[in-house]
Parts: sequence; C-alpha cells; structure tokens
Amino acid sequence: MAEPVVETRALRKQFGDKVAVAELTLAVQPGEVFGFLGPNGAGKTTSLKMLLGLVEPSAGAARVLGAPLGDRRARARIGFLPEHFRFQDWLTGRELLRFHGRLFGLGGARLATRIDELLARVDLLDAAHRRLREYSKGMLQRIGLAQALLAAPALVFLDEPTSGLDPLGRLMVRDIIGELRREGVAVFLNSHLLGEVEATCDRVAFLKQGRTVHELALAGSGGAELTVALRLGPHGGGLLAGLGRFGHGVAESDGLVTLTVARDEVLPELARWVVAQDVELYELRSQRKSLETWFLEVMGGDGRPG
Amino acid sequence: MRGFLTVTHLTLHEAMRRRILLAALAGGAAFLLLYGLGLHAVVHDLRRHAAMPLLQQRMLLNLFVLAGLFAANSLSVMSAVLLPADTLSGEIASGVMQTLASKPVRRGEILLGKWAAYGLLAAGYVAVLAGGVLLEARLLARFTPPDVAGALPLMALECLLLVTLSIAGGTRLGTVTNGVAVLGLHGLAFIGNWVEQIGALAGNDTARSIGTAASLVMPSESLWQRAASLMQPPLMRELHVSPFSPVSVPSPAMVAWAAGYTLVALLVALRLFRRRPL
Repeated sequence: MAEPVVETRALRKQFGDKVAVAELTLAVQPGEVFGFLGPNGAGKTTSLKMLLGLVEPSAGAARVLGAPLGDRRARARIGFLPEHFRFQDWLTGRELLRFHGRLFGLGGARLATRIDELLARVDLLDAAHRRLREYSKGMLQRIGLAQALLAAPALVFLDEPTSGLDPLGRLMVRDIIGELRREGVAVFLNSHLLGEVEATCDRVAFLKQGRTVHELALAGSGGAELTVALRLGPHGGGLLAGLGRFGHGVAESDGLVTLTVARDEVLPELARWVVAQDVELYELRSQRKSLETWFLEVMGGDGRPG
Repeated sequence: MRGFLTVTHLTLHEAMRRRILLAALAGGAAFLLLYGLGLHAVVHDLRRHAAMPLLQQRMLLNLFVLAGLFAANSLSVMSAVLLPADTLSGEIASGVMQTLASKPVRRGEILLGKWAAYGLLAAGYVAVLAGGVLLEARLLARFTPPDVAGALPLMALECLLLVTLSIAGGTRLGTVTNGVAVLGLHGLAFIGNWVEQIGALAGNDTARSIGTAASLVMPSESLWQRAASLMQPPLMRELHVSPFSPVSVPSPAMVAWAAGYTLVALLVALRLFRRRPL
C-alpha cells in the first residue's frame, strides 16, 4: 500500500488554556477524496492550518506528502483554497495567478500556458484582464480554485470550495474534484454541505470537540454500510444466528429480519444463503444511511448549531 | 530568494497600483510648491535688504533650508510609519497571508520582501522631498547647506528604522495599534531629545540623562538632530541660534546604535513572524 499523503497521530493544538484540536488521528491515501466533517468550532480549520504549516502543533506527530509539517518541498506540491479566499483585489485575475505561480517557482512560457489552461478550466478566460474587486463571489471562488491548482499538486486542501457558488459553479467544482481523483491527486475537502461531500468524497472523518471520532467509507466508493431488511417465510432461530456471518445487529420484529452489512457485494451472497436454507425469501431491501443521518448520530444530542 | 524578489516586486506594484505612491508624491509636490513660494519670498526680501551682512544672509538662508528639510523629514517619518503599518497585520487579519505562507516560500522571505520594498519607498521619498528642497534652494537662492552627503543618509536611516519597527509591530499588533505604538515611540524620542537639549543648556545632568535614555530607547530623532547639525556651518552650530542647532549633538556612536537597533528590530520581526500562527 502506498504511503499516505496525510498521516497524523494525536495531533494537538492549544492556544493558552483553549484546546482547539485535542487529538487528530487520520490518514489520507493518494488519489483519495477525503471529507473532513464537524460542527462549527470542532477544530477543522485549525487542523487544516496545522497540516499546511500555518499553525505549529502543540503535540503529536504528522507527515504530509512524506515530509514533516511545513516542509517547503512538500508545500511545492500542495494546493490550498482557504475558506474565505482573500487576495490582493487590485490585481487582475491573470496577475494574481502569475504572482502565485512565481511563488511556486514557475515562470516564463510554462507559467503562461498553465494560467491559460486553468482560466479556461474555471471558465474565467474572458474575465482574466479584469481586476478582482470587480469579480462576483463565485468568480473569486473560481479564481481561488485556479491558484490552488497552479503547481499541478499531489494534494489539494479545499476549505468550503463551493460556498458562494451557484449550482453550475458547484457542478464545475465537483467535476474538477473528479478529474483530480482520476489524475491520482488526493483532495482534502472541508465542507458543511453534506450533499456535496456525499457526492464527491470516498471517505469522511468526523471531528467532534477537536477529536476524530469516526471514519466512514461513502457510497460512491462501494464501501459504506447498509441496513438490510428481509421478509421471510417460516424459519427457526438458527437462521438468525447464521445471518450473523454476513453482518452485525441481526434482529427480528414485525415480521422483518434486519441486519447491517458492510458492502453491497454481500447482498447476493446473503440471498443465496437464505434460499439454500430452504426458507422462503419474499423481500430483500437495502438502505444506506444518508451522510446527514450519520452526522447527526455521530455528533450526538449535545451538538449545538454553530 | 525567489520568494523575496516576488514579494518585493508585488509590494512595489501595490504601492503604484493602489495610488499610494501617487498620493504621497502629490502631497510632496504640494509641499515643495508651498516651500518654493516661501523661499522665493525670503530670497526676494534678502535682495531688497542688500545692506544685511553676507554672513547673516547665509545664516538666514541656512535656517530656512533646514526648516524645509525638517518638514520634509517629518513627512517622510509619517509615511515610513503609516505605509507599512498595515502590510502584515492587514494581510494576516484578512487571510491573504494564509494563501501566501502556504506557498513554498520561507516566511522570512515574505517579511524581508515587504521590508525591502517599503524601505526603498521610504528612502526614495526622503530623497525626493529633501532633494526637492535642496534643488529649490540651489535654483532660487544659489545656496546649498554643508555636508548634505553626510546628512541625507542619516535621514534615510531614520525612515528605515521606522519602517522596520512598523513591520515588526505588524507581526503581532493590529494595524491601528501598531501605527499608534510606533508613532508614540517616535514621539517619545522627539520629547526626549528636547529634554536632553534643555538639560544640556541648563547644565542639568538629570534632564540630560533622561533625554539620552529616551534616545537609546528610540534613536530616530537623534538621527535627524545629527543630520541637521551636519548641515550647518560651525559658527551657526556653536551659537545655537536656531532650533536646529542642538546643544548636545548626537555622536557617531548614536548613529551606530541606531543602525544596530534597526538590524535587531528586523531580526526580532523575523523571529516573531516565523512563529506567528496564521
């Protein structure tokens, strides 16, 4: 297995008495789109800043692209779009990309070509000569995304990349994330829009009060857990015990047997096994929990709107 | 080095694009126009009183040129404090710095790039304003004060010191707090210098020591005092006939102290910025 692009162990950040991140432990694989979820104030932004070398951790260990946090050579392969992307608004869109490209060490014809490619990709070629103060919120978000991709990064941190975008803009961001995944680029996505996360991410981690409390593979990756309901003919107690081999939480009520299985691939095997036990199978339904349901369950009742 | 040059270039570009430079130059041009009119009137008056001894005429002209240079120096000091006050604190507060500092450049390169750009702007501003005053004096009165070549670098060093402090403050303080703090320090130096002069004139060692201590805490005003002293003939210096003829002239050691102070302030700024959470 390839080395993770992000790997943290018990990473902690404390500002005076205030603990911003208590214990961040996670790993992101190359080419993976990783969602980072949590309520406001859970420590997501501070976590991101630690991974980018903008904030020094108080304790714990971490490596990004195989290097210690803040390593300059690693940063040359990282793209970053902050949550509220701010910039020198007296620059034009093209000038902004040229400036950030130079900070990445790019220059000459190579940089000019890359800028044109990215302006076309985020649909801003016709606005490239306009000053950024004349851009709409969505255009600013798109030029910010372009600057994050300037150096053909191996890892991209996107903090709320679709905030301020209309549905077409969101679709464009989703397409770009898909392209990055196909190119083997890992994306670390921080977003409150659970629908967006569900549509784009392979895996998510939930952060609660500064701790990673749960990780989950999502539907798109074929790895998310499913709740299965079976309507069966007469059967003995041994059948329920036998179903335990396919998943967990086997129970029977109101004439329905329910259990939780790990993957889609389990379902045909489960159906074949039931039939092989000489039990009539009248119905088999599977349902995946929405990310919103997961979020509410993981965060528990003590979560307050931020 | 690449990051340093890119940030320096961007900062200079910003000064031009945001019309900061234009505003400063327009203010400087207005000052030079006003000063030129005043000097013209003084020269005209002196020519009408041809009976006045030549030495007295030269001393009057010297005093008027020093007054012009004092005004130029004050304008430059204000610019040196206020122009860079926002450059770090503003970008940290707005989040611009997060995008910059996440790039593969050292934080030190970002800070030094901004420092170099504002240092150049401040030194250039001193050169334009003081050069303008001296040019007007040459053209209208055919007069140039002595040792201009030794004095102008001291005025530039004063501005560089203030730019450095303003940038160092910006690593930890908000924009307004930073501007007020650095101007306050310069005010302390200004008052301290007068306390020292009065102490020297009155033979009061305590007052003189207080003034010297204030100059050590903030040596900016001492640089102007030494520059002003250099630009006077020895007789005028000895007579102490003008507010620009200090009784206690700051020594070359004070200039060395100010240069070292600037360097240490820059090193402190680099250290503070390197450890600053963004």
